[in-house]
Amino acid sequence: MRLSKEDLLGMYRRMVRIRQFEEGITYHSLQGHVPGTGHVSIGEEAVAVGACSALEERDYLISTHRAHGHVLARGASMPVIVAEVFAKATGCTGGKGGSMHLSDFDRYILGTNGIVGGGINIAGGVGLAIKMQKTNQVCLCFFGDGAANRGTFHEGLNLASLWKVPTVYVCTNNQYALSMPQGKGCANIDISARAVAYDLPGQRVDGTDVVAVYEAVKSAVDRARRGEGPSLIEAVAYRLRGHSMRMDTMPGSSAYRPKGEVEDWWQNKDPLKIFKQKLKGLDYLTDKMADKIEAECKQEFDEAVKFALTSPEPSPESAFDWIYAEEGR
Amino acid sequence: MAQRQISYREAIAEAIREEMARDEKVFLMGEDVGVLGGAFGATKGLFQEFGEDRVRETPISETAIIGFALGAAMAGMRPIAEIMRVDWMTICMDEIVNQVAKMHYLSGGRPRVAMVIRAATEGGIGLGAQHSQSFESWFVHVPGLKVVMPSTPYDAKGLLKAAIRDSNPVIFLEPGVLYGTSGPVPAEDYLIPLGKADIKREGKDTTIVVWGTLVLKALNAAQTLANEGIEVEVVDPRSLRPLDIETIIESVKKTGRLVVAHEAMRTCGVGAEIAALVQERAFDYLDAPIQRVAAPDVIIPVNRNLERTVLPQEEHIVEAVKSVR
Repeated sequence: MRLSKEDLLGMYRRMVRIRQFEEGITYHSLQGHVPGTGHVSIGEEAVAVGACSALEERDYLISTHRAHGHVLARGASMPVIVAEVFAKATGCTGGKGGSMHLSDFDRYILGTNGIVGGGINIAGGVGLAIKMQKTNQVCLCFFGDGAANRGTFHEGLNLASLWKVPTVYVCTNNQYALSMPQGKGCANIDISARAVAYDLPGQRVDGTDVVAVYEAVKSAVDRARRGEGPSLIEAVAYRLRGHSMRMDTMPGSSAYRPKGEVEDWWQNKDPLKIFKQKLKGLDYLTDKMADKIEAECKQEFDEAVKFALTSPEPSPESAFDWIYAEEGR
Repeated sequence: MAQRQISYREAIAEAIREEMARDEKVFLMGEDVGVLGGAFGATKGLFQEFGEDRVRETPISETAIIGFALGAAMAGMRPIAEIMRVDWMTICMDEIVNQVAKMHYLSGGRPRVAMVIRAATEGGIGLGAQHSQSFESWFVHVPGLKVVMPSTPYDAKGLLKAAIRDSNPVIFLEPGVLYGTSGPVPAEDYLIPLGKADIKREGKDTTIVVWGTLVLKALNAAQTLANEGIEVEVVDPRSLRPLDIETIIESVKKTGRLVVAHEAMRTCGVGAEIAALVQERAFDYLDAPIQRVAAPDVIIPVNRNLERTVLPQEEHIVEAVKSVR
């Protein structure tokens, strides 16, 4: 499917929205509004938006600990997500899960995960349920280059391929597993090449190019929906911030990165900057329009923060809710 | 008319068959559960009856078995996942402990995680250190899970059917030694609620709380003791979470003496929890210290004599009951 001007501008807006969220949530983390920690995805917005733009409304999402962008790209309510990251009663789990456990079941967002590689098998199972119930949906599964070294990657992709489940695996290779550069952690840095081992289509794309990500994922989603099984897409981007907001406040927390590397990516491979130039080159976007989009997204975020900050704390007794499901639901 | 007798493994297969016929969301997955009918024969005939879509043979991929079952449950199915032995549930502990048990809680109470994880448990057949363990206490320690361990074919069928219909994840542990044992099992549909103990033998002198393989040994011990004039009450909790502590307390109030027996290791076994609960709630009724019968903290050896040495036997139960007289 060719993307229209409106499609492209919509994708741009969603990327700006994520960037505003991540910058803003980092600021509020420093203000002490985020308990524990959270993992921002600045530099990876093109993967989130490109991949999620390839989904239909009823398609499922399973994601990772670094998933603010994923759930926002899938249409989760920003006030509810901010409230959850602030662990307020109005968050999606009432403050029980926090930044790493975001979900919106009305939007088929089945949850993000605090265990690296924890979602890969779950997404295969969601695909299995789709297949067994013949509901013509697809499940998109995000994971990272770190998770690609977990055993769950091997077991999950092998079984997904054997059973031809409609699950699309998108690896955001942000080049670092916490402090470990990908080249130190993967014997072969081409994660997409592993698809051969599972008899799957594998494709490596530029994860800073939102259209390239979209096209690769769209083709995999179409294939899955035709009943031809899963695919593996590796989108190579760069984590422009540290592993977590908390870690970024610690002295020496970027000691593992070569000097100048972060600056170089900011300069040359910032996905927002790249897409903005592209849209300007197509005469789809002006600086004025871009400023307006940014201001609107910032305002949306600020309103979400206001909602979260004025939301009540969860009641102490709510800690005991939902340990077991009630019968007869 | 004499009641129909079937084996424990047949009771398991019958429970699954009835529930799969009743609800098309129910399906079975695991290693060797298909054509072979399970490594212990407990899923025999199901593949032939329901086909490969609903009786899914998996590769040796424990994390995928549990993770896929969880994802399928979150999207509306009711999987029964088999891990061949409880020893190998260690391989998928992240899936069980961090994912399955917590998913309802960490998702705002939205998805129903209606799934059963079945596994053979306990020793006694010389399979050695990595094929003979009893880990029920590990799972009882995790909020969000239910843990069931039936000791008779009748209990196995009724509890498994109830576990499959439960809205929560249930760890269903089947003592391997018991698969070949037989007992009366109605051919019709019946459920045994989770969290309801069964008094396997009534008595007034001492309460034995016991589950799994040891129930049969406890019943034999009770007969031996009865011949000596000691009437023991044998209480099988059948499910360890939820635990029917009320029935246990009632029995202790009657007998004033308690022995807790399990095949799992003594240290931090479920017996320790039951002893603690009873002293908290029925201390004034106790006429003697609570005694535990359990495996010592050793690794289970293959040699028949060595295995018999380390696993609790009938005579250990007899001794324990006499020690609280």
